[in-house]
Amino acid sequence: MIDWSGYIGLILQGALVTIQLTIMGCALALAMAFIAGLGRLSHLAPVRWLATAYIEFFRGTSIFVQLFWAYFVLPIMGFDLSSLQAGVLALGLNVGAYGAEVVRGAVQSIGREQFEACVALNLSRFQTMRHVILPQALIVMLPTFCNNAIELLKATAIVSLISLSDMTFQAQVVRAQTGNTLVPFTTILILYFMMAMTISTAMRWLERRLARGLDGVRS
Amino acid sequence: MEWDWEFVWSIMPTMIEGVKITILATILGSLVAAVVGLVIALLRRSPNWFISRPVGLFAEFIRGTPLLVQLYFLFYVLPGAGILLSPLVAGVIGLGLHYGTYTAEVYRGGIDNVPRGQWEAAKACNLNPTQTWLHVILPQAIPPMIPALANYFIAMFKETPLLSAITVLELMNQARSIANTNYRYIEPMTMVGVFFLVISIISVFGLRWLERRYGRVER
Repeated sequence: MIDWSGYIGLILQGALVTIQLTIMGCALALAMAFIAGLGRLSHLAPVRWLATAYIEFFRGTSIFVQLFWAYFVLPIMGFDLSSLQAGVLALGLNVGAYGAEVVRGAVQSIGREQFEACVALNLSRFQTMRHVILPQALIVMLPTFCNNAIELLKATAIVSLISLSDMTFQAQVVRAQTGNTLVPFTTILILYFMMAMTISTAMRWLERRLARGLDGVRS
Repeated sequence: MEWDWEFVWSIMPTMIEGVKITILATILGSLVAAVVGLVIALLRRSPNWFISRPVGLFAEFIRGTPLLVQLYFLFYVLPGAGILLSPLVAGVIGLGLHYGTYTAEVYRGGIDNVPRGQWEAAKACNLNPTQTWLHVILPQAIPPMIPALANYFIAMFKETPLLSAITVLELMNQARSIANTNYRYIEPMTMVGVFFLVISIISVFGLRWLERRYGRVER
């Protein structure tokens, strides 16, 4: 009989790395989503092109390829990244590109009359975005952001292939040491699912929170 | 390290071999996903609580856990239960199951979009459930969802590099073995990225055509 307690501890250590990656990746993705999403709506053509190129490039190639590129090719070009940094960078930039389209779609879904009202009130473009458009657009974005965050959580499993000791990597270690496959893989499947559930519960709470005070504005 | 065109041409045949497997896996995976999605969508509509609930939970679970771990599960755990799958078969089943849970949502939306009157008319014509589905509902529901389905198949294409983790010799795996034997990462990794970008761009044009042919893609 194998003593599982030590091995479960190993997997839980991996779970911490997975959570850390998810949080850092989400932070980067969120920043990139807003920068690129609003960039695509900019009045300046070069900014629009740059944002479009970023979005299309990262949505067009696979996250897996981007991760390997960040880990193996960037060091050769003189950017030395640890595997954690490469992981966060690839995950954040990739999911950020998807998020950018969400931001753009949400901002465009806000009615024209809102923009016209802002012009009538003589608000600057920044004020329009900050005080009128984004508070309404944010609620439209949240459900899709929730999906994106879960996609990011799932994508963190890939970093195990660049030898970052996340949950999947630790499960492989346990498999190699015990020869048992059922227990480690089932354990991490359940843990991943619990994390995904946590994200969607938190997002639903946030959605209710942000919707407060907007009744009557949104039909 | 310099970019070496000589080397690029010398590894081209091997990379093309990989591309073939990648495309094969995508096509087979898409077929499985199309069928699995329809089955899940139909079972979730079952009036029997004991069928619809477990199927819904199962789909939710598959969607909340990483594809990579599911592939490991199929490849490492199932042999313990006496089910031996070749890497490619395990990969295709994994891709098909994972994306089947996504396409199920597309089917659900498409089926819900068929007007109530059609169901009532089918009942008025005394069609049994099989006839109703085959001759009335599905022929109307499926064409509008084709672009959305194609969207997921493109997404699946971008996930195929994960199959390299269970030793399928597709594009990514060929590139890694070339990189490891020659100690050159820039060319193989960049070429994988270029291959993916090119095929994605072509498929985006295909998707635009499908959208024009069958109507707007649901996002």
